[in-house]
Amino acid sequence: MAQLTCQDLSLGYEGREILGHLSFSVQAGDYLCIVGENGSGKTTLMKTILGLHAPLRGQIITGDGLKQNEIGYLPQQTPVQRDFPASVREIVLSGCQGRCGLRPFYTRAEKRLAADNMEKLGLSPLAGRCYRELSGGQQQRVLLARALCATQKLLLLDEPVSGLDPKVTAELYQLIADLNARDGITVIMISHDISAALRYASHILHIGDRVFFGARDEYPKSGLFRPKGA
Amino acid sequence: MFAKLLLYLQYPFVQYALIVGTLIALCSSLLGVTLVLKRFSFIGDGLSHVAFGAMAAASVLRLSDSMALVLPVTVLCAVLLLRAGQNTRIQGDASIAILSVGALAIGYLLMHLYPVSSNVSGDVCSTLFGSTSILTLTRGEVWACVILSVLSIAAFALFYHKIFAVTFDESFARATGTDARLYNLVIAVMIAVMIVLAMNLVGSLLISALVIFPALSAMRLFRSFRAVTICSACLSVCCTLCGMLTAVAASTPVGATIVAVDMAAFALFCAAGALRDA
Repeated sequence: MAQLTCQDLSLGYEGREILGHLSFSVQAGDYLCIVGENGSGKTTLMKTILGLHAPLRGQIITGDGLKQNEIGYLPQQTPVQRDFPASVREIVLSGCQGRCGLRPFYTRAEKRLAADNMEKLGLSPLAGRCYRELSGGQQQRVLLARALCATQKLLLLDEPVSGLDPKVTAELYQLIADLNARDGITVIMISHDISAALRYASHILHIGDRVFFGARDEYPKSGLFRPKGA
Repeated sequence: MFAKLLLYLQYPFVQYALIVGTLIALCSSLLGVTLVLKRFSFIGDGLSHVAFGAMAAASVLRLSDSMALVLPVTVLCAVLLLRAGQNTRIQGDASIAILSVGALAIGYLLMHLYPVSSNVSGDVCSTLFGSTSILTLTRGEVWACVILSVLSIAAFALFYHKIFAVTFDESFARATGTDARLYNLVIAVMIAVMIVLAMNLVGSLLISALVIFPALSAMRLFRSFRAVTICSACLSVCCTLCGMLTAVAASTPVGATIVAVDMAAFALFCAAGALRDA
């Protein structure tokens, strides 16, 4: 069974539909890139998958042992976060909050999980540093480590490389590809960067006036893909 | 002057004032960090005006225990304001303005129409600026204050990690299964309780200072949430004690003196932060 299935989904705000009749499914271990114009509903789709926003119609089914709250999420940065006084360790640990329920404090196992994820993303030397003093790429790695504390199965990334320089962008893409290939974590990524999507993704979902969903190699044949300069 | 201070400290009403002042300072500074970071600094101000209106209504109704009316009304408004603030920022701003100005006007109107004592402007002034009410607390009020502040501090300690998660990134917290709405509600109720308590200390117009100054000062120097929270709590207690002792010794208005000390500390922390970064 697919890990995540969207059936005949319609999205929008206050009854106004911005995206209709969307169906696709994601298998465990897939790397799905969601591309499309600005305003085509990419972020709304992501919020709906996360359960932050109710769909107008249709439904989202999780399967393969995935629970709704086991989806890790790498959001776009908010202005609040830019001057938030918090250490890297505090932020990564807060990814375990969803497991706590009503329990007020973190267990030793959760603290170890946070430490392991910081180690995995090369953040251990930065653990005591203040989040707002880090570079953009380091901040994204912190948020990625936090997302990994919330899930070992499915990561949702909302334009993770926006505002990063090319070198850091390439490193972050490689890191995400490694998590997908080595740890078997399913990745769903919103991206503006179609060339990167074609390089790393296994599947592509193009939303907008016309919708395409399928394997990466099919996408250039769909006629929706316009390489730069063509 | 020192001898005068020692003499004053032997009076029970001065001791009550110091106990209550310390607890209020602690409560307000704990939540201050969250409020500043969530861009809710003015919620404190809006709610304090609501509390002023409710206080006026309570005195017109000649309630013996005004807190019984003021506390529920303020809690209700806090919940409503936070809910409105969740939809869009501008709406939240506007609803705070409407509520605070409206409550202020109605409160003043009530006090004028149904004066309880001959000195209406004195009453209004002491509710707004808390001139002497901290020094005229009864034993019952002191106990109510102690119990409510201990409850708030305990709630903050229990919910500390959840408040952090919800403050830093509400959508992430919601997406991964934290009941953000519940914890926003907890925060709202705690703010309301704190405002009602702090009205005695600094009066309704100056409460915001008690909330934001220690938090902002601590944020100049410290870089983790825990350190900022602890520093702002300590700073707030120190400033409040300094301010109260100065006020008692020099017979200045308590609320205004405390805020002046808070401002001085803020300037000091800013300078220290600038020096360190240079």
